[in-house]
Amino acid sequence: METFIHRIDQVGAQKRVSRLFSRSIKKESKIDALNTVLSMIDLTTLEGKDSPGKVKQLCYKAAHLHDQFPNLPSVAAICVYPTMVPIAKKALENTNINVASVATAFPAGMTSLEYKLEEVKRVVVDGADEVDMVISRGKFLRGEYNYVSDEISLVKEACGQAHLKVILETGELVTLDNVRLASDLAMEAGADFIKTSTGKVSPAATPPVVLIMLEAIRDYYKKTGKKIGMKPAGGISKAKLAIQYLVMIKETLGQDWLDAELFRFGASSLANDVLMQIVKQSTGVYQSANYFSID
Amino acid sequence: MNKKINKSDFKTDWSYSPAPESTDHIKIVKKNDLFINGKFMPPEKGKYFKTINPANEQKLADVAEADKSDVDKAVKAARKAYDKVWSKMDPSERGKYIYRIARLIQERAREFSVIETMDGGKPIRESRDIDIPLVSAHFFYYAGWADKLSYAFPGKQAKPIGVAGQIIPWNFPLLMAAWKLAPALATGNTVVLKPAETTPLTAMKLAEIIQEADLPPGVVNIINGDGKTGRAIVEHEDINKIAFTGSTDVGKMIMKSVAGTGKKYTLELGGKAANIIFEDAAIDQAVEGIIDGIFFNQGHVCCAGSRLFVQESVADTVISKLKDRMESLIVGDPLDKNTDIGAINSKMQLEKIKMYVDIGQKEGGSVHQSSCRLPEKGYWHAPTLFTDVSQSHRIVQEEIFGPVLAIQTFRTVDEVIAKANNTPFGLSGGVWTDKGSKIFQVSKSIRAGVLWANTFNKFDPTSPFGGYKESGMGREGGLEGLMPYVNLV
Amino acid sequence: MSQREDIKKTYKLYIGGKFPRTESGRYIKWVDANNKGAVNICRGSRKDFRNAMVTARDAFSGWCSRTAYNRSQILYRIGEILEGRRSQFMDELILQGSSKKEAGNEINQSIDRLIYYAGWADKYQQIFSRVNPVASSYFNFSYPEPTGVVSALAPNNSSLIGLVSIVAPIIAGGNTVVVLASEEKPLCSITFAEVLHTSDVPGGVVNILTGYRSELLDHFSSHMDVNAIIYCGDEPTEIKQVQENAALNVKRPIVYNDENWLSKNVQDPYRILNTLETKTTWHPVGI
Repeated sequence: METFIHRIDQVGAQKRVSRLFSRSIKKESKIDALNTVLSMIDLTTLEGKDSPGKVKQLCYKAAHLHDQFPNLPSVAAICVYPTMVPIAKKALENTNINVASVATAFPAGMTSLEYKLEEVKRVVVDGADEVDMVISRGKFLRGEYNYVSDEISLVKEACGQAHLKVILETGELVTLDNVRLASDLAMEAGADFIKTSTGKVSPAATPPVVLIMLEAIRDYYKKTGKKIGMKPAGGISKAKLAIQYLVMIKETLGQDWLDAELFRFGASSLANDVLMQIVKQSTGVYQSANYFSID
Repeated sequence: MNKKINKSDFKTDWSYSPAPESTDHIKIVKKNDLFINGKFMPPEKGKYFKTINPANEQKLADVAEADKSDVDKAVKAARKAYDKVWSKMDPSERGKYIYRIARLIQERAREFSVIETMDGGKPIRESRDIDIPLVSAHFFYYAGWADKLSYAFPGKQAKPIGVAGQIIPWNFPLLMAAWKLAPALATGNTVVLKPAETTPLTAMKLAEIIQEADLPPGVVNIINGDGKTGRAIVEHEDINKIAFTGSTDVGKMIMKSVAGTGKKYTLELGGKAANIIFEDAAIDQAVEGIIDGIFFNQGHVCCAGSRLFVQESVADTVISKLKDRMESLIVGDPLDKNTDIGAINSKMQLEKIKMYVDIGQKEGGSVHQSSCRLPEKGYWHAPTLFTDVSQSHRIVQEEIFGPVLAIQTFRTVDEVIAKANNTPFGLSGGVWTDKGSKIFQVSKSIRAGVLWANTFNKFDPTSPFGGYKESGMGREGGLEGLMPYVNLV
Repeated sequence: MSQREDIKKTYKLYIGGKFPRTESGRYIKWVDANNKGAVNICRGSRKDFRNAMVTARDAFSGWCSRTAYNRSQILYRIGEILEGRRSQFMDELILQGSSKKEAGNEINQSIDRLIYYAGWADKYQQIFSRVNPVASSYFNFSYPEPTGVVSALAPNNSSLIGLVSIVAPIIAGGNTVVVLASEEKPLCSITFAEVLHTSDVPGGVVNILTGYRSELLDHFSSHMDVNAIIYCGDEPTEIKQVQENAALNVKRPIVYNDENWLSKNVQDPYRILNTLETKTTWHPVGI
């Protein structure tokens, strides 16, 4: 592990965020952005009360966001709990939409390594294309970085061909210094994507946290040539904020990351807000939620 | 097995569509007369000059040029208003007029921002989000001091001086007007103000606000002109105090001119600030601070961080990140909300900047510029940096007043403090480090009036601003900003 | 043609940015000097005070983190709104015994006092802070911070100016407040609450109760979460009670026995300083 401590100044980071968020995205660039956002969404349901019925309905919505409006992209993936993976797999079999599963005792991660690896292997066998794991925050905050790193490497191994997203749970890490450290650690250990949050802890993804993670990815790319993806999750329900994040990506990482291969939004109600904006741009008229299906 | 994600067939490169600020709601007066004694009146000799938009070289308006007799008229109006009305008024009531001005500017903020951008070339986002809000905050802050002066100077009573002559520059036109007018009025003085000749329009709008606020006639007089008008103000016998912001050369001329006359003066002059990045700085935020320090406002900032000192161990990283960040700076139409770097204020200034970039290269410096495309019409300069330069190079010694950064490396703290101070200027400086004690030690050691630690170019009405050495004397902002406008008895 | 009937105003309390009735359901029948013009005002209870304290504490962290400029603008706005509501206050002041001239003067002074304290909100820090020249290699600075939640008993002999003179400096300093209005002249206090409510003052920053001082003084002065208590008046047994109760949690007891609240002598930045605590920080200077 490299010893260079990358320090972050919180006030300075917020300042950069404010400037990025003051960009004005209009007309064609707005329409492009809205469509890009849609294509990057991991439509998510992670509730104790999830059932096959719920998941099937979500999958149908994923493949039929708003059939009344032609030529819309589909979302990137569905994200569900392990027991729902087979249901989602079947429901999405004639689509291009991936199935992502959370694993490693999501959201808290408070169980043995053995059980976590077993869970990962199980969801991969069931057909998950992507695995979202959680890091051991307690260990991280105790300074046991080698433990955290080894755990990620072992999970990556257990993923086989599935790609691995590593959830840092930035709300529990609290400081931007920790976010940066955890990001670097996760990428070194084999993450394909680094992800902000489980969505179960507040605050979830916040703009300064996303900025720091994107900068970490940029530095890692400069150092190794490897492109790691990023996923903010939780708290992103408005198209406007999603577009602001696209600006952040563009000006920090560049065009290559403006793609579902390297960037996802973990969200549930974002899709409908984006759809309403798309229709508004096309018709010139502000929309009502009544006209957009919910799953 | 991973399925191939549905790749979109959108345009390959996402770029920002034009996002122009609308200008149809603003009114620029085509013929701007002199604002004297509460009214607009034509100049005695009937001379007008034009002011243009530096982004497209189009004429915006004609502006009256004040000659000696006009200056005399204005000073007389200010003197009468001082003697008969303003110095006699209850200070709380004086404060209320200044509060009114602050509130009226807030109400008409967007109009001011647009005109500031069109007249001077700075991006609308800067004038909208930084300049204009600071303007009203400045009036608001000083309005509150009007009836509280007995608390400002322990053991002393603060009395007004009389009539102040104020000459302001073109880089923050309305903000510089606020910095001058607000404390002068709050302390009971009356004013004759001369805006810069390339940026008179927002001051003219301010004159409208002054009328709307019902400020007694003659308390503020705004007259336009160039250096000749400025000289007439400086040399006028009935002016008690001169406040000037501009170049060091002119500042020295003013000092000589008022020698022996008993006139008080404050000067806000040039700078060549050292911006110092230590190896234990928060590097990404420091890079942003470099950008803030020299490229925003097109580098037209007296306190710009124009000399970058990077500790050698992190120099390559910092410079590489800096070059990357420069590429994302958008240079273009100042009225576009996404523009980061606007137009250079005038042809003359552009020529000066180009001259220095030329000198820098001839002196052996290595130049690098961002790859932005500059518009055809108008005055533009790309963000530029020089490496392989030293304290002995002219571009490191002289103030360029443009988006040109000179970079040097250093090895130890002592070395960089000595080099930071190795200049006749002393306006500002920047220190970037995560170590608190180092911040205090370095800021203690640098001979400059404003030290920014882990930030740069931050301003606030409550925070005093001004220079050491040839960067001027006197402070604007805060409690210290009252001092230049009072006699302590 | 029949005469138009007025809609009579109901006087409620102001707690947490809302206007609830007293939870006790009890009332005080206020009448003017001639036993006329009866108005039912709330007879505030200890539970009302308790509820107000909870919202005042909640509101404190947000209020004290706002910029001084923002607090200054809000105080100025209260003045703007009060200026626009003159006639309502004129009627109430006249009903409570002022002449037209006196009422006009009291309103003018109240507005000007708000503007006065608006102007202090972003300046008192500059006259009450210091950098101390300690004899060792440290940067040492002292800075005033708000004490927290202040409970206050507004002057009895004034309906508007007394209340404004107490509330304005407290909130200019970043504190939140629960104030008991004048017992003799309570009407303007609730109308003033309406002014606060429409002036961008966040809910909970100022809470106004009406009621009997004799019933509430004990609670105002003994509550363990109050940081400072301001008592206006000169009743010796009351003052002693306040100061004794203050000892329970070492809250700061402040007594103002000013008679003439209209005078400019009662306004100064030390009224703000009285509700502030000084924090001194040391930091090494070295590399």
